[in-house]
Amino acid sequence: MSTWILKLARTQLRIAAVALLFIGAHANAATTEIIITGGVDSARPIGVVPFKYIGNSTLPENVSDVVKSDLQRSGKFNPLKLSMMPQFPTTDSEIDYKAWAEKGIDMLVVGSVETTGLNQYAVTFELIDVLRAQATGGQAKSLVNGQLVMTRDHVIEKRTKTIDGADFRQYAHIISDIVYEKLTGEKGAFLTRIAYVKVLDRDTNPKPFRLVIADYDNVNPTTLLSSPEPLMSPTWSPDGNTLAYVSFENKRSQIYLQDIYTTSRTRLTDFPGINGSPSFSPDGRRLAMVLSKDGNPEIYVMDLQTRNLTRITRNRSIDTEPSWTPDGKSLIFTSERGGKPQIYQVNLATNRKKRMTFEGEMNLGGAVTPDNSQLVIVNRTRGDYHIAKQDLTNGDMLVLTNTYLDESPSISPNGSMIIYSVLENGKPALAWVSLDGRFSFKEPVADGEVKSPSWSPFLL
Amino acid sequence: MFNKNTLKTLMIVLPLVTLAACKSGPTEAEIEAEANRAAEVAAQQAADAKAAAEAEAKRVELAKAAEMKRLKDLKEEEKSKLMNQNVVYFDFDRASIKSDFHSVLDMHAAFLVKNPGQSIVIEGHTDNRGTPEYNIALGERRAKSVETYLMNAGVSSSQVSVVSYGEEKPAVQGGSEYAFAQNRRGVVVYQ
Repeated sequence: MSTWILKLARTQLRIAAVALLFIGAHANAATTEIIITGGVDSARPIGVVPFKYIGNSTLPENVSDVVKSDLQRSGKFNPLKLSMMPQFPTTDSEIDYKAWAEKGIDMLVVGSVETTGLNQYAVTFELIDVLRAQATGGQAKSLVNGQLVMTRDHVIEKRTKTIDGADFRQYAHIISDIVYEKLTGEKGAFLTRIAYVKVLDRDTNPKPFRLVIADYDNVNPTTLLSSPEPLMSPTWSPDGNTLAYVSFENKRSQIYLQDIYTTSRTRLTDFPGINGSPSFSPDGRRLAMVLSKDGNPEIYVMDLQTRNLTRITRNRSIDTEPSWTPDGKSLIFTSERGGKPQIYQVNLATNRKKRMTFEGEMNLGGAVTPDNSQLVIVNRTRGDYHIAKQDLTNGDMLVLTNTYLDESPSISPNGSMIIYSVLENGKPALAWVSLDGRFSFKEPVADGEVKSPSWSPFLL
Repeated sequence: MFNKNTLKTLMIVLPLVTLAACKSGPTEAEIEAEANRAAEVAAQQAADAKAAAEAEAKRVELAKAAEMKRLKDLKEEEKSKLMNQNVVYFDFDRASIKSDFHSVLDMHAAFLVKNPGQSIVIEGHTDNRGTPEYNIALGERRAKSVETYLMNAGVSSSQVSVVSYGEEKPAVQGGSEYAFAQNRRGVVVYQ
């Protein structure tokens, strides 16, 4: 518990540092509207009741709205509409269990926010098991140290925390993480970020290419870098502090590392030809990349401390898109050695390579899920590009998306969702799909193209 | 020419005149006057010759500059003509140069061979199908196949560099077949 608070405090400090650096950049603090494209039916109903506010200043953020949006975006929950709610309780004692059960709601999040000082707020929430409460009448008998005592075991979680006005949104994500983990048994990924490349109108902007980081739900977007030339392939270091990416600012591709908190940047590579497709090893010490300095695109691994390069592939055809397996012992990559691009795996100790994909005309951009069970790929079948997954145990492939020109999939750190890029009305935009393929949504295209999304590791 | 011959003539004529004067017995004053007159003529002729030489040098210089300008204009004209025909298009997922574009590339090659000081960058581009990383590799392959074509036609490797932008700098936005075709291209850029 105390380490949890320490970690939280550290994260809040880091978040505050970013906020200070990019003050004024937070143009979009509201919840981004999403278009759900499939799969609400399979989601579990839940009631997230608006938190009661005790105080009279304007609240910086609506905590329960953020929690509701988070749970909906996970695809695992289907929050009840406000208009359908039978009542608006703020504590367990106010809940009419039967009324909620009749609405088909077996889980309920209630809470309140109270002003406790200047820009200080106490946020309380409870996660209630409505069916259990109905069964026990709100009071259950259980044995504690050999004695029969009355418990309220239908209250799955209850917490109160005092937070700063600037931390509302982040704390709401923490509440979502707690609710999600309690109800699914899987760690939530709501307190994470995404990085992507945004391209504004190239005719009217001298620096149209932008490297952007945002909360996982694309709220609080912050521009890390603006450039007159393309930016590509942002990817996170495992500690979530550094981005590696490709910049053409010197009219050729070069790999850069940038600290997202200090914004200081280092040029890592400037080899002749392609310098591309960076990918951090799980321990953060090495960076896999593609270089064509020796003739054609090959996979290399650079030791980030010594800057020594190890060449991994040696082939006359295209080898690209290296991605580490969770154990850090192998790389997944795309190769044309068999004629058309397919996914291969190379064991870094033995340098033995094996082909992994056989279905469809092409398979590209492979990445293995954190639990090492699935290979996520861009599959081309009959000319259509879709995000697909292949079971690493039995080899079964399943196409997950039905959008247009899907590319650049990136898996959430808990392995539950994939963020990727689609072509929407002729412009690249962001879309999400759950790993089971049942739930998907996309974001309406705003001002410009959004591409190459990359999901951060857990930040807490 | 005029200058040298005049001097030579004077060198011969002057002593003859002097000898002749001795025969008929001209006065000392007459001889002096004659000598002065001859010297004046010589000086005048020398000055004329110098001015003419200067004028000629200037004329040659101007003619040379005009010719240089004409050649330069010709080069610029040729270059600008080439710059307007600097794109070759590729088939889907292909990097081979189609025969339709041989004549265009031959023109570039001829110009580059004639102007070895001229350097170019060949950009490789793709449509937005497939992944950005794969397309960077494909774009490089296209740029290199243009490079190989030019080098086979005699262009020096020191004049050529290649860069792949993959699908990052489309010529036409969108996901139509037309946009795809316009974006699968190699571009010769004069530096």
